[in-house]
Amino acid sequence: MPDAMPLGHPKTPRQRWMAVLARADPEALQSRLGDVPRYTVLRGPEAGLVMVRGRAGGGGAPFNLGEMTATRCTVRTDTGLVGHAYVAGRNERLAELAAVVDALLQDPVQQPALLRQVIEPLAELQETRRAEIAAKASATRVQFFAMRNMRA
Amino acid sequence: MSASIDLPGFADPVTDAQATFRAVLDAMARPGTIHCAGACLAAPAPLNRATAAVLLTLVDHETPLWLDADAAQAHDWLAFHCGAGMVHDPNAAHFAVVLSLPDLTQFSAGSHEAPEGGATLVLQVPALGSGSHYRLSGPGLREPKGLFVRGLSSRFIVQWQQNRALFPRGVDMVLCAGTTLTALPRSVSIEEG
Repeated sequence: MPDAMPLGHPKTPRQRWMAVLARADPEALQSRLGDVPRYTVLRGPEAGLVMVRGRAGGGGAPFNLGEMTATRCTVRTDTGLVGHAYVAGRNERLAELAAVVDALLQDPVQQPALLRQVIEPLAELQETRRAEIAAKASATRVQFFAMRNMRA
Repeated sequence: MSASIDLPGFADPVTDAQATFRAVLDAMARPGTIHCAGACLAAPAPLNRATAAVLLTLVDHETPLWLDADAAQAHDWLAFHCGAGMVHDPNAAHFAVVLSLPDLTQFSAGSHEAPEGGATLVLQVPALGSGSHYRLSGPGLREPKGLFVRGLSSRFIVQWQQNRALFPRGVDMVLCAGTTLTALPRSVSIEEG
């Protein structure tokens, strides 16, 4: 389901890679990553509920749409980098891996290679899958002309 | 988020928090008894293990926390693991971390309608079970009980008597040293010697 959603408009490179990591498949992530350096888990991985908020009405007033399960994890690499991850669902392994990659990506030396080998291919894969789902959904789209006809 | 949160919290959050909660509960029910807490925890400087364990257990996003200037080094760790909102005004705090005896009147003593609004001070002392001798009496103690604490200033007795006079308002205290803690609820009377 998360694949059906666009990546949105991440404001910073870190927001973008965290979004990609949160939607990644843990096996694909692990195989692209190879060996993981030593790290300490500072918190989690732990599952909990987060409130999803929506906006409705002419003024766009926020309301609570409902709660969803999310898993979070924070790790610290032996080099002192702290990485965080929040992922939908209760995939603890993904949360931990994503936190490790987030930590590694903050190292300017490793960042370009990691972005090239891990983040970009995963982002591309997610974008392709999203486009596929969007195309399937758009084939069943129902167009409502009522308003336009009335105005005409 | 910087690298200043370089230590984990409880290894087993549920069990460890329950054990610490039990220790604080027993200490509050029987003032002056000494209990163990935080033995397996790596505490961030300058906090000792018992202080860190008590804070991890009791403090969360609904309980504003005040740190004295000496404890400021542990700010990031507490903010991350407790999710606590830090306040600059001691009177707004539900919990306070103090490394030396502060002026007790600067903290909220609650109101007569809601005396539970009184702050809880977590005071870190060099040692429990040695040092100056205090005689405690009050609810929870069948007969007066002795307590040795090292590192409480000479102003403590006078300050505590003023706090005791506010009852049912007042502040409660948890004293922590190393991996031990004891509690002084506002209902306890303390004399020196």
